[in-house]
Amino acid sequence: MASVLLLPSLALLVLLFYVPQLLMFLVSLGRRTAYGGVAREASPDNYLRALEPLYLAILGRSLVLATVTTLLCLLVGYPVAWWLARRAPARWRNALLALVILPFWTSFLVRMYAWIVLLRSEGVVNLALQAAGLSRADLLYNDFAVLVGQLYGELPFMIIPLYVSLEKLDSSLLEAAADLGADARRTFTRVVVPQTMPGIVAGCVLVFIPSLGAYLAPDLLGGGKTAYVGNLIQSQFAVARDTPFGAALSFVLSLVVVLLLLVFRRPLRSAQAL
Amino acid sequence: MKGELRIRGVCRSYGDVRAVREVSLDVSPGQFVTLLGPSGCGKTTLLRLVAGFERPDSGSIWISGQDVTALPAHRRPANTVFQHYALFPHRTVFGNVSFGLEIERRPRAEIRDKVERALELVRLAGLGDRFITEISGGQKQRVALARALVLEPEVLLLDEPMAALDPKLRKEMQVELKNLQERVRITFLFVTHDQDEALVMADRIAVMSHGHIEQIDGPEELYERPRTRFVADFLGVANLFRAEVLDVADGVARVRTEGGLSFRAANDGGYRAGTAVWVGLRSEKISLTDRTVNAFPGTIEDEIFLGDWTDWRVRVGSEVLSVGEGNVLARGRKRGDTVTLSFPPDAVLRLDDPERAE
Repeated sequence: MASVLLLPSLALLVLLFYVPQLLMFLVSLGRRTAYGGVAREASPDNYLRALEPLYLAILGRSLVLATVTTLLCLLVGYPVAWWLARRAPARWRNALLALVILPFWTSFLVRMYAWIVLLRSEGVVNLALQAAGLSRADLLYNDFAVLVGQLYGELPFMIIPLYVSLEKLDSSLLEAAADLGADARRTFTRVVVPQTMPGIVAGCVLVFIPSLGAYLAPDLLGGGKTAYVGNLIQSQFAVARDTPFGAALSFVLSLVVVLLLLVFRRPLRSAQAL
Repeated sequence: MKGELRIRGVCRSYGDVRAVREVSLDVSPGQFVTLLGPSGCGKTTLLRLVAGFERPDSGSIWISGQDVTALPAHRRPANTVFQHYALFPHRTVFGNVSFGLEIERRPRAEIRDKVERALELVRLAGLGDRFITEISGGQKQRVALARALVLEPEVLLLDEPMAALDPKLRKEMQVELKNLQERVRITFLFVTHDQDEALVMADRIAVMSHGHIEQIDGPEELYERPRTRFVADFLGVANLFRAEVLDVADGVARVRTEGGLSFRAANDGGYRAGTAVWVGLRSEKISLTDRTVNAFPGTIEDEIFLGDWTDWRVRVGSEVLSVGEGNVLARGRKRGDTVTLSFPPDAVLRLDDPERAE
């Protein structure tokens, strides 16, 4: 009987996700007409084109960006989550967590513009550098700026799952490790990391997947100078008006994500088991 | 000397709470010493101070002749069996026991050898591949024990390791742990709030209250001769009276309780005529038979059936005494019956009350 309650959400999912996906797939097999329309066909041409070296290079660059973003988020997010979950005064904990999520109250687009204000040549950071007697730096419209924007945007998605698993971490396990002769470093690598693997895996998945398709930060902070797969897809729909190729690229990207999840299914599953 | 534990004037406070106050304790190598006391008496804090999880505010701790007060937990030659075991859930039984040896970077073959011997010692041979989630509470306790013993600590610290076991299993484990300790001859410092557990296992028992040791003695001496009101109360002396010493003569003191009951007590040399004392009487030392001294008529007010014996509440004047009687003898009595109770003068315990004195 309870399964009846699932019907509305199931219907919604089918109607708003699977049906559009199917339509997009049909479109991806078609061909662009002279005026940006779609001619129905059943050809793999768009997929073959997506595998050309030019586009593979862009996909590769996106994979690098997503990987570096994920690692940076992990590196920056873990100490923050540790402090929030285990060091911060208990009565401030909820307020501090709210601060982590606070940026979501503003549109991502607006926040990216805020970074432009900070990083541009006449921006806050450069003016501060100048005031301190240092020379200005080229902070905007390069890969550094893209990475800053990505790290900033994705960090909360890393901190929250890490926080959850660190909060559950039993302090007596840390004492047990120390008792058995492990110093702080080995307690971390041999007890804390394995015990918080669910949070690490969840955070990495939550950061990696959106980063792979990122296009706002590369577009606004990177100045569109380097193409990532997100920008490529966006431009196929909006600029080149080649909807079928854009659709095919989207499916290739989804496929990459699915493949990665399959490759890492063992650590993912063992993380769930804990 | 290896395995010797010395605690010297150790203090530890948390804010205004003085958890451990000026505790000194000597444990000779291979001895089984139990810290016994109610929750909040400081016994666990004292254990954690020895383990190195806490630092004392003052005083020092010595293991095998070495001052370890300043050493962090991971460098002390002591290992702990935690109350809730604190086993690593991401490791197997084998992986838990091998943890400390891996940290010491012992060769693989040696690790395998030692872990297997440790698992045999706690009768878990063959269960090495199980995950911690797949074994029972009693088995977890054995894993925790093996994990600590495999490192051959000079002192083994046990923090209420039986608390989570059911009573029957707990009884078995007590005997097993005692036998194990006698075989491995490692110094054991064992924390519990359960007096039976302490009596079964320990060579010496230190009863703690409000952060200090009230009395330290062997199980029999402690049971037969508690020195303070607190120790007597904690070790189940059911009849405790505040009394006045009427006179002392010929090795016998006459005392009168606040409720007006007068009786004779064998003088241990501590009674002074005209002073106030606490006296205690174990209920099993009182019998429902007549005697020439210390015999009183009374009425049965209540009956508490405890299986192998019955706890009668007998009113004598304005005092109510608890009288224990074995079940074979207890048949045929009922509430309201008139009885005569009596006890020998040497059953009366003279008790100090340092808490009142302070």
